[in-house]
This record gives sequence, C-alpha cells and structure tokens, in this order.
Amino acid sequence: MSKFLKVLIAACVIAGPVSAGTYGLGRTATSDEVKAWDTDIRPDGVGLPVGSGTVAQGEEVFADKCAACHGDFGEAVGRWPVLSGGHGSLADDRPVKTVGSYWPYLSTAYDYIYRAMPFGNAQSLSSDEVYALVAYILYVNDTVDDEAFTLSNENFLSVEQENAGGFFMDNRSEVEYPKFTRSVCMDNCKDVVEITARAAVVDVTPEETAAAAAENSTTNEEVETVVVEEVAMPVLNEELVAKGAKVFKKCKACHKVGAKAKNSTGPHLNGIFGSAVGANEKFKYSKGMKAAASEGLMWDAENLRTFLKKPKDLIKKTKMSFKGLKKDKDLDAIIEYLKSVSN
Amino acid sequence: MGQNTTRRGFIKAGVAVGAGLAAGKAAAQSDPLITEVQEWNQVLGFGVDERPYGIPSPYEKAVKRRSVPWLTADPISSINFTPLHDLDGIITPNGLCFERHHGGVAEYDPAAHRLMINGLVDNELIFTMEDIMRFPRENHVYFLECAANSGMEWRGAQLNGCQFTHGMIHNVMYTGVPLRLLLEEAGVKTEGKWLLAEGADASGLTRSIPMDKALDDCLVAFKMNGEALRPEQGYPLRLVVPGWEGNMWIKWLRRLEVGDQPWHHREETSKYTDLMEDGTARRFTWVMDAKSVITNPSPQAPITHGSGPTVLTGLAWSGRGTIPRVDVTIDGGKNWHAARMSGPSLDKSMHRFYYEFDWDGSDLLLQSRAHDSTGYVQPTKDALREIRGTNSIYHNNAIQTWYVNKEGVAENVEIS
Repeated sequence: MSKFLKVLIAACVIAGPVSAGTYGLGRTATSDEVKAWDTDIRPDGVGLPVGSGTVAQGEEVFADKCAACHGDFGEAVGRWPVLSGGHGSLADDRPVKTVGSYWPYLSTAYDYIYRAMPFGNAQSLSSDEVYALVAYILYVNDTVDDEAFTLSNENFLSVEQENAGGFFMDNRSEVEYPKFTRSVCMDNCKDVVEITARAAVVDVTPEETAAAAAENSTTNEEVETVVVEEVAMPVLNEELVAKGAKVFKKCKACHKVGAKAKNSTGPHLNGIFGSAVGANEKFKYSKGMKAAASEGLMWDAENLRTFLKKPKDLIKKTKMSFKGLKKDKDLDAIIEYLKSVSN
Repeated sequence: MGQNTTRRGFIKAGVAVGAGLAAGKAAAQSDPLITEVQEWNQVLGFGVDERPYGIPSPYEKAVKRRSVPWLTADPISSINFTPLHDLDGIITPNGLCFERHHGGVAEYDPAAHRLMINGLVDNELIFTMEDIMRFPRENHVYFLECAANSGMEWRGAQLNGCQFTHGMIHNVMYTGVPLRLLLEEAGVKTEGKWLLAEGADASGLTRSIPMDKALDDCLVAFKMNGEALRPEQGYPLRLVVPGWEGNMWIKWLRRLEVGDQPWHHREETSKYTDLMEDGTARRFTWVMDAKSVITNPSPQAPITHGSGPTVLTGLAWSGRGTIPRVDVTIDGGKNWHAARMSGPSLDKSMHRFYYEFDWDGSDLLLQSRAHDSTGYVQPTKDALREIRGTNSIYHNNAIQTWYVNKEGVAENVEIS
C-alpha cells in the first residue's frame, strides 16, 4: 500500500477530536502576517485597535471621502446606502434600515468601514479616522449630540445601538417547518381561481431595446460624448494604456468608461481627453468645475496631470474626493489610458 | 433557442402560433432546406483551432446573464441573473452562473494567492494554492442560491421572467478540499466553535459559520464543472457551504479564523437578516428552504407552437436534501399532477422536472410545488407572508405562478 493511501485511511479513521498536522502541508504564519490580515472586530470589542476620533474630525473625513455617495449627513445619494435616520421605522410599511435604526452592534460599523470603505480605496483609513467616522455616524443618528464627543477604544463598548435587542435566532424550524411539512390536495382543490396581481401592471422588468438586442453592434447610444474641439490624437503607447487601465481601478468606483458607460458618482469619461472641462451636459458638476468650464478650461495632458496629481490644485472646489496620484509613471499611464477611451 | 425579453419578441411569438397551426402531419409542400443544397452542405467550415476555447453558436447569443439596473447603485457592487429559461438539465454552464460582487471582480495571479488559518488553532498556517492542491479532493454538485433570490416578489408579482424572479441561482460540480481537512491541519482548539471566512477582494467580505457546518460538508473549491473557477466566482479559491445561502460561499477565500463566538459583521446584521412585520429580525437564517420554478413556459419563453403537445419543465432544489417529488398545476391549483423527475437526484443540488401535456389553447395558470426529502412542501406566497410580512427581502421560497394566454404569451402573476 502506498504511503499516500495509508495517510488517507488514517485521515478517515481519526474522527472526533480535530488533531493537528495530518499532512504536514502549509507553513506556520508569522505574527506580522496574522496582524496584517486579522483586522476583524467583534461586538465584545475583541480586535479594536488603539485610537480615537471626534465627531468634528469625523465630519471632515466624511465630507472628503464618503459624502459623494452617502450624502453630507448619511442621507445617501441615489441608491447608495442610507446611513442615518429611519429611527423607529422597522415595523412600518416602508422601513428604513440604517446604521442608527437597524445595526445591532457598533463594532460592525468599525469593522466594515475599515475593511471595505471608501468604496474603491479599502483599508486606507487610519484607526483614528475610522473612530472619527463612526463618531460622526453616531452624531448624524442622534445617538450622540455633542460635536466634541470623542469615540475611542476606551469608550467604544459603552455606546449601545437602539436596535441591539431587535434580532432573534432563525426559528423557521419551529415556526414554519411543522406548518409546511404537510399533505397536499391533488384533485378538485378549489372551485374558482382569480388573478390578483400582475407584473405587467407594475412594469419594472428591464426591456432590451432594439438597439441593445442588436448586441455586438458598434452603435453606442447610451453614451453622449461632447467633444467641443477636435484634438489630433497621437498614436497610443499600448503598453502605457495597459498600465493606465490598472491605475484606473482607483477611479472606477465613481467613473465609468466604455460602451455602456453612464454617469454615476462622477461623469463617465469617454472622450474626456481633449474635451472642455464640465462638458457633460447630463452631469451635475460642482460649482468649482462649472467655474472652470466657464473659463474655457480644457482637459489637455497638462491640465489632466495637474488635476490628477492633486485635484484641488487645479479646481479648488471640486467634489472629487480623490487624493491624487503621487507617481509620475502612474500619471503618464492614466493620461494615456484616458486618451485611449477618447479615440 | 434563446428568447429575447422584448415585447416585439412576444408579438413575433404570436405570429408564429398561426404558422404552427398551419403545420402538422398534413403539410405537403417540400421544404427548400431539404430539396436545395445549403451553403453549409457544400463549403468547408472552420478548422479545429479556430476557437481554441469553445464558445456557443452565434445563434445562441441571446442566452446570457442579465441584470436589473434599478436594483443597485452601481454595477461594481451589484448582481445579475442566470437565464434559467434558456437552460435544461441540472448543470449551469460556467459562463452563465449569476454574479454577485460587493467590490467588483478581483483578478489576480493564483501564485499570489494565500489562505491563512488563524485564531483558536494549535498552529496558525499559511497555504499556497500549490499546498491546497496536495490535499485529497472531492467532487460534489451543489446549488448556490442567493438569499435574496425572488426578494423583489414579496409585495406582489414584479418582474416578468424566471431569469429575474429566480435567476440568483446556479448549480455546478465543485472540485475541492473538504474544509475539515484544512482545519485539522491547523488543529482546532476545543473552544473553537465558530469560523470567520474572509475574501481577498476589495470588499473583504466576511461571514461567521458555525464549526459544526464547517467540519460537516463545506469545501474549499478551486474547480467548477471541471475547469478553474471563473474570476466572477472567486478564482482561484472559494468556499462551498452546501444548502446554505450564497453570501456565505466566500469568494477569493484568503482567511479562515477560528473563534469562540460569531462576529456579527455587516453581511450578517445589516444584510442577510430577515425583517419581520413587527420590526424584529431573524438572524443566522442560513438554510435555503425547498423551492421550485417552472422555467418553460415562462414570460421570457412563451409557447410559440400553438396548441397540441407541450413540454413544461422546471427546476427544484432544497438546502436540506433531495427533491423526490414536484407537483404541477396548469389550472391555477384546482388540480395537480405529479411531474416527471429526470436526471440525477443529488443532495443539495438542483433537480429537473417535466410535465408533458396536450394544450387545448385555452388560458393556463402554471405553478410547481416542490416536496423535499424531509417532507417539507414549498409554501404559497400568502402562507409565507402570513408569518413574515413583506419586508424580509430574503428567503422567499414561495410557489410562483405564470399566466399563459391563448397566444402563448406568459406573465408573472399572483392568484387567489
């Protein structure tokens, strides 16, 4: 019998207590590795890092990094998640489930904000910033009312969420299974059947228009590109374009490109290179961007470089909450990529 | 054949009914497709390496995943749906398995993938993909259903098409290592009762899983239907949690932490909890109850051939076992018929059923009702609403009704 088979059989025989190292595969994790990935937080506070932040600090971070999707006070833009309000609404016909009205534990907010936010730039916030953001979310939910309130690892567990007691373990096995484990009628089960609701009346099913159904066609009706002035397009450096596509991952949470691109948190960027600033008629620009547009500013390579290096250096009051690209090679690549989507 | 979802498609289908009536055994005119030599009978087709990775016929291009744009804020954190009405058998082709991402599809070199096991274990371990491939593997066919499948239908009939009402599901064969073997390798301490599974994507999605389930039948899978996981399904490694809601099947699986209590993270508090009418909410509603749906005829797949022999088919599944029986009605539940089950009956897998009947061309009200191997029978929408209200979003496993009119056009409806 092969050694491998013997090991296999051994693995099957050992039941009950889970014993270590049957196969000797893998290696021991270093403490730095575990520390780097084990950032999860539990309701009992296990995992909370040392740090603190005030409501006022949180408001600043929120305005800069969160408000573009979640709104200035957590009220949300479009269909992005609402973070505030909805208090006492859970039994209503249209409940509003927010961090304040629904989330049972504050630890969940800390854990989630660090691991997944801001959307498209996860795990970039310092622990002080996360404490400040959680404090601000408490503030917009009226859980705390003092802008000087400081949330820290010291007082974190003293904050109680209003819906902490609002959850119970799955009870389908008691409440539903006995009821639905049943014998059924097969013949002459009812006399009359009437239609009581129709999807056609609601009419929310996506329709594929004739244009969209013609699939691989090159027409591009959804995208309206406004190119004010024709700029001669140089031959593209494809390698740089490919690098730029990778850099663009930092942008795509807010900006779309390609045949199906639509405006979202930011305007779509098809045709952006060589176009006038603020030229997308369907997008609601910031005052700063509108002012730049009225001055006739163009998205040429130079202006794109200044803007993408540090947005507020070019347009002071832009809403774009992006800190900028530090490396010149990233700037070269992204500009080449934006050219490629403008051809 | 793929059907499109447009009204124009329905009208065309209506026209086809007339043609269907005219056809039949008596047709006498010769068919030029037979009497004349066709182009493909004569000139050569393309050679073996034209498509090194095969793709469906261009005539099948309407067979694809579709989304409902108004459901989510952004296509990066969104969902699309499996075209159930275009498929048969029980296996979902890899490219048609519905997608749900919370931070887009992470695409990276499997050589850069690491799986960490930490927490209450004897040895905190790191595995490479190469390490994982050296453990004994198993093959299992399981359905993966999103807990929110049919979630838009709680308040009434909303979406016209089983792709949209029931398409947050797929059923593939997974190849992977039993999670138990990996946990044994690290050595779970006696107080280790919970497992936190974490993804490597930009949402870092996490779920708490009770240790009993982890040691029972979970897999750490790297293949689906024989080939590597698709990027949108968590390439190179995903968790398989048979019979339980899809959100727990962590994609891009990078970490398993053993703990003594659950973590109550976002996807098990804010989301994937079932709000009841009184404002309280069920949590840890993991098991997917027995459910079925008729895939043909359905709104995207009308009857185009007119009256006469008609094939009705659909899918059924249960998170608690197999489906030995499905009942079908064509008159809105006045009378029911035992459907014919066909294909393998596997634990926690989709099952295929058929009911062939002679359509008299009158209005139809179609429903299917699954019975699972524990004796549980799929409930009506009203029975579920009576217990849960209409705001629970998740775990809607109610009986679905399609109304088919005399032209063969089908619509999503509710009946008395």
